[in-house]
Parts: sequence; C-alpha cells; structure tokens
Amino acid sequence: MLTTTHIAFGQQVKKAEAGNFLIKNTTIHTITQGTIKGDILIEDGRIANVGSGIVSKEARVIDGTNKHVYPGMIDSGSRLGLQEIGSISLTKDFSELGDFVPQMKALTAVNPNSVSIPVTRVNGVTTVFAKPQGGTFPGTGAVIDLFGYTPEQMSAGAEGVIMQFPSTGRRHRWDSRTDEDISKDAEKAIAKINDMWNEILAYKKIDSIAKATRTVWDNYNPQMQAMMPVAYGKNPLFIEVNAKNDIEAALQWVKDKNIKAVFMGVSEGWRIADKIAQAGIPVITGPVLDLPGREYHRYDASYTNAGIMTKAGVKVAIRTNDAENTRNLPFNAGFAAAYGMGVEEALKAVTIHPAQIFGIDKMYGSIEKGKVANLVVATGDLFETSTQIDYLFIRGWNVPLESRHTLLNDEFSERTPGLK
Amino acid sequence: MMMLHKYLILIIIVLPFGISGQNILIKNGHVLTITKGNLEKTDVLISDGKIARIASNISAPPGTKVVDATDMYVMPGIIDAHSHIALDAINEAASPVTAEVQMADVLNPFDIAIYRALAGGVTISHAMHGSANAIGGQCQTIKHRYGVTHPDELIMKGAPRTIKFALGENPIRVHGEGSKILPNTRMGVEQVFRNAFSEAQLYMKAQNDFKKGVTKNEPPYSLRMETLADIMQGKILIHCHSYRADEILMLMRVLKDYGIDKICFQHVNEGFKIAPELAAFGATASVFSDWWAYKFEVYYSTAYNASILTRNGVLTSINSDSDELIRHLYHEAAKTQRYGHLKDEEALALITINPAKQLGIDARTGSLEVGKDGDITIFKGHPLSVYAIPQMTIVDGIVRFDIKNDPDDMRMFISPTEKYTSFYESEAGMEHHSCMEDVGAWLFEGLHHEH
Repeated sequence: MLTTTHIAFGQQVKKAEAGNFLIKNTTIHTITQGTIKGDILIEDGRIANVGSGIVSKEARVIDGTNKHVYPGMIDSGSRLGLQEIGSISLTKDFSELGDFVPQMKALTAVNPNSVSIPVTRVNGVTTVFAKPQGGTFPGTGAVIDLFGYTPEQMSAGAEGVIMQFPSTGRRHRWDSRTDEDISKDAEKAIAKINDMWNEILAYKKIDSIAKATRTVWDNYNPQMQAMMPVAYGKNPLFIEVNAKNDIEAALQWVKDKNIKAVFMGVSEGWRIADKIAQAGIPVITGPVLDLPGREYHRYDASYTNAGIMTKAGVKVAIRTNDAENTRNLPFNAGFAAAYGMGVEEALKAVTIHPAQIFGIDKMYGSIEKGKVANLVVATGDLFETSTQIDYLFIRGWNVPLESRHTLLNDEFSERTPGLK
Repeated sequence: MMMLHKYLILIIIVLPFGISGQNILIKNGHVLTITKGNLEKTDVLISDGKIARIASNISAPPGTKVVDATDMYVMPGIIDAHSHIALDAINEAASPVTAEVQMADVLNPFDIAIYRALAGGVTISHAMHGSANAIGGQCQTIKHRYGVTHPDELIMKGAPRTIKFALGENPIRVHGEGSKILPNTRMGVEQVFRNAFSEAQLYMKAQNDFKKGVTKNEPPYSLRMETLADIMQGKILIHCHSYRADEILMLMRVLKDYGIDKICFQHVNEGFKIAPELAAFGATASVFSDWWAYKFEVYYSTAYNASILTRNGVLTSINSDSDELIRHLYHEAAKTQRYGHLKDEEALALITINPAKQLGIDARTGSLEVGKDGDITIFKGHPLSVYAIPQMTIVDGIVRFDIKNDPDDMRMFISPTEKYTSFYESEAGMEHHSCMEDVGAWLFEGLHHEH
C-alpha cells in the first residue's frame, strides 16, 4: 500500500506502462461491428487485431473474462484542462477578451497536469473536445487525449472554431433585460455576425486570388487566418445555439452563408428536431443532467432531448460541458439512454459520432483494427453507476487508475494515526 | 381569452391535488424498506396518509386507489437534507449573525422546482438559509405538497427547528472582504461564534435573574438572543456549511465549550480527513456525491467522501443544494458504489433514513414501516441504476407525481404581464449552487457558481 505522507498532493504515483497487451476472452463492444466475444491485441499504441484466438509472444496477457471492453469515451465539449478552480479567475483560461478572437487556441492553454484530468479518465473518458467560450468567436477548441505531458502528446489532431450564435435567451436568472431589449440585442447581434462573415468572405476572396495567382501577400491577420478553414468549407464551424428560435435562425444563417456547421448545446433541439435532421447538421448536446431551459417545460426535457433528436434522424454526440466533473459523461449518456435514446445510440453518442464529427473516425471512436488503442476494460455496463473500470488504455499506454480522488481515499479511508 | 386559458391551467393542476385522506394500495412491488430489508412481491397500504400495512396479498378496502407495482421498486420518499427550493429569498447577508430570520417566512409553494423534485422521487427537503453568515437564519423542513397554494401548507408540522451555520470562504468573503467587518479569516469565524454564544449566555442570565427577582428592570427582548439560547439548550439542530478539516475541528471545539452536542456538517468536503473525530463527537455529515474544485476550499476533495465517512461510523447523507441535482438524488447516492463500493442498503440510507435522522424526523419518515407517513416513491428499474425512472411519488398518501398523468406544463403561477416565457441559457456544467443567492452581484466572480 502507498503510505507516503505527501501523496495527497500528487495525482498519479504509478507510471503509465508502455508495451503490447493482449486482452483475452472478453466481451468487445466494437460500436461499429456489433458486440462480440474475443480478444484484442494492442501493439505500438494501436489496436493491432480484434478477433478470437489471437496469439502474441510479446504481449502481456490480460484476462478479460467477465469483463466488457469499450472504446474510450469522447466528451464532445468540456473545459477540462482549461479550468482548474471554478471561483478563481486566474485558473480559468477558456475565455479571452474580445468578441472575434478565433485565433485563441485551446491547445495552448490546456494544462496537461490539471488535477482534473486523471479524475476524468479513471471513469473511462479518454478524449475530450476542450473548447473556449465567451464572445461570438471565442477561439478554437482542440480534441485531446487525456494522457500526455505536453499539448503535442495529447492532441488528437482535430481542432474546431467555436461560434456563439446570437441568443434571444436570458443569460441567467439575474438577466433583467426586457423582452424588447433582448430581441433588439439579438437583431443587432445578427447584423454583427453578418458583417463579420462578410469581412471573412472578403478576406477569403483576397486570399484565394493570392493563392491562384501565386502572389505573396504580406499581411498579418491571425483572426482571419483562423477562420479560413471554415470559410473554405474545409472544417465545420462549431456553433453554440440553444433556444428554438435561435436554432431556427442559425439553420437559416448557415444555409444562407453555405457554412458547414455542427450545432452545440441545442437544448431545445427536441422542439425542432425534424428541421435539424433535414438540414443534415450534426449536434453535440448536453449536459443531459441539466434543468429544462424554461419553467413550463417538462421536468425531463433535458433527459429526453438527445433521444428525440436521434429518432428524428440527427447525428447526436453528448457532452458534459463541464470541467472538473467531465467524469460524469457516462452518467449523462446513461440518463439519455434511459429516457428514450437507448443504450446503443447513447454509446455511439460518446464514441463514433464525436469521432465522425471531429473528422477523426479513421483513428477513433470504435474498436477496429488499426485504430488508436483508447480502450476501457470495465466490470459491466459502461454507463451503470456501480460499474468499476479495471484497465484504461490511452494510445496503447496502460494508464494507472489513480487520481487525486483515489489517492485521498487510499490515504484516509483507514487513517493512521486514527483518533490518538 | 389568454387570461382565461391561464386560469384553466391553474384549475386543472390544483384539482387532483386537492384530494386528501385517500387510501392507496401499492400492489406486488419489490419493497425496499431501508430499515427492515427488502420484501419481494409485497403490498403497501396507505390509510389516512400513513402506512397502515406492509404484507403480501392485502385486499383493498372500499374506496382505495390501487397501484400496480409489479416489477417496480417501492421505497420511502427521498429526503434532501440541504436544498433551497420553494424559497423567495435565501441569504439575509447584512450581518454575520442573523439567527432571528426564518425561512418559514419566505416559502413559495409555486416554485416549479418542487414538482421537478417530486419527479425525482423526493418528498421532503430542508429549505435552508444560505451560507453568507457564520450564524445564518432558521431553516424549514418542508413536504413537497405541490398543488397547495398557502405557503404554510408546505411546512412539515412537528419537524424540529434547525438553523444554518457557515464556515470558511463565504462568510469571510461577504463580511470581511465585502464589508470590512469580522470575520475576515477562519480565525475571525471562530470568534464570531464565541462572541455570539457568550452574549447569549449573558442574555439568558439576565432573563433568569429578572424572572427570579434578582434584578428589577426587565432586560430587553432579543429574538436573535432567544434563538441562540434555544440552540444552546438543544432546542434547535445546527446544520453547518463547512468544507475544510481545520474549520470543522474548530467548530466542534467551540460547541464542546458551550455544551452543544448536536450538529450536522453540511457539504463537509474534507470530512473524510477527520472522520474519526466526527464520529467521536457524534457529528453527522451531509455531503455532495462528487462536487469539487468549484472553489479553492474544495480542491482537495474526493468522491469517496461519503463512503469513507460511512465506513468510519459517521451518519452520512447525500444532498443536492441544487434545483438540478435534487431531481436525481437516487443517482447521486449510487455514485457511492462507483466510489467506495457501498452496499445497496447503505447507499439508499444516504437519501432516506440518514437525512431523516439529521433533520430529526426519522420517527415519521425515511423508511417503510407501519405507522410512518405515507411518503413513497415508485421506480421502474432499481433506484441505484443509471437507467432507473421514477414513476410515482406520494406525499402523505396523496399522489403528487405520476408519470402517467404528467402534463407538459406544470406551473401553477403564470405572471399576467409575461408576454414570452423566458428561455434561460443553460449555465451548462456550472453547478447550480444556490447557497450564495441574494448576496450582492459584485461578489460573483464571472459565473454563477458560488456555493
């Protein structure tokens, strides 16, 4: 047992173990190829093989009997790594000054040693979309794996520019604007995003002419450069939008501007699910464990939202939008599953759907040969509250199941000295 | 026309709840009594608002509503030892000691949060004063009789009086940093308690001296001092907002010095560090399942808190302190199985009999026993499963939530001047703490995340 007195200040005592691993005789929830009995071979950080009767001389064998293996869960929206302590602004790095700052990169500010990261991954969350929030274009979020000591080691290779769509909702209960003021503010905000977009298109035009004519264009405009992958339609724009009217306006806006979009939040998606499905726009929704946005809405509106959108044909991913409790992603998915989404779709919403949305599904989101070995070995159903995680692999590393929370438990569950 | 429509809604909602004294027979459920084990295929009969019988094959007396609970789980109504629902105000933040104010004066039976709590199986909550003051106001244990319109009808008559205390950052921030008065540190917080109790001792002596005729002039009456005197005489239970181990030890020393032995520490995120001391004092703990890191004093927390406290013999409950969490306390209790392997009975006790004991209402609530109040909740799926769905919640023998009769809009009060009903942008992922509500907005650092 670990008995050193300073362990409460650490977050991981054991080192992660590199090497090849063979998980034998287990139940494999592949997500994309059904649930099968068999073995998984991990080599060089990848899933080298999935099947039955796999043999390997080098690999360390892990008995998977009565265990369930899932792909590591992906939280499609979180402040993990960008916030350490909620009430202390100096520990919060997700909201830069300025309304148009898409060049602010979450990957720059993610703290690989955030105490919350091990706390999150020991629940089976291996990857998150760490994203800025605040102004209209608050920055660029990054998909990161939850193991590594530098941003480069953690990056899963995908980023996404965030936009906050003008909101007609109240910001919180203390927002005392009149309804008229709110709609005026929203009109102004729409006019403003139209101006912004026109400027982006103007920049793109110059940029494309310069490229076509191979002209060297001396300029320095990091904001506009950050927008170019979106302006050229290469990457989607991740648009936070929640109230029904705002979703409608956003649907119209991305259609008019011909923008490839992913909607985030979408807490009233259930009121307009068919239209979102028709537009073919994927949705990142959550938290599921959240209050309804209006007093007159059903108590379970946030629980049922993901399921209703799924049934309408929307591709849905689930997020916590949390920081230190991003670890509750499986429970958010579990509630969505219970309230209409079903376990199978809820599993997709935290694995393959996010991978597809972020364009990394060739490497992430399912248990398939060749993909990154982000795997969770669980004692049972991944979403069930009482389930324990027995092994955690991130990029093939056998990551110790330790965090501040487990270490404090180790130190204090039978405290010595006790009373005297 | 619009107005008429709104009145119709009001009538539809209120009428079914107006019925009282109904007899209900819950048939054939998995009955989780909490204190007397689990009973398979068992019936529970509620007569005149009380549990009359628990047995198999009870025949329904005439006029009894029969509820088929086959394959369902029947358990006592969930009790939340820390909430701020059904309240129009939370913090009287103008002084570090406000023992005289009472939450019973600001009850709001129209709060939709009551219905949402019922839909999560919660029948009783402890409507607490906030944590701005070292000695805050008196709290009120309420029953979730959603549908009643008089504030007093929420009150659980006979429940002991309780009062809110608070340690650490909140009273320091509000009074020391905010108003430049004591307390500005955890040292100062201790002295606020010692000053208050010492003053109350002098007050009691002066009152007694006058009664005995030792002094001739009647001393001035003070409701604040009367309340403090009642605390010192054990007539009011203390529920103290607390986080750090050192400040909790401090308050136990102070209470010992003034002869007070009953206390429930609320939140008590570092309770696990001093579990043996809490157990020795006989203090109880009401904790979050997993909230941490929202402020510095909860940075060194662990989700294993509830299980460590339980294993060390500290009576523990899991509370919400949130309009959101109160809707799934059964799930919060289940997290003690992820973090600490508590048995089903232990985990369920955290939201039933244990909070009942902390509120002093365990003789009437917190378990399914003959003679106790007819507060029952019925689940599809085991209540500790993430897939559990509450089906029906009964308070004093009256069905207050029924998933089969659950209209979309359950508001009872709609402002006639309201043109559009507001959408509140989700403070997603920002825990909906309300302990610091009504404290000046300047104290909020950016996000509404104060607790």
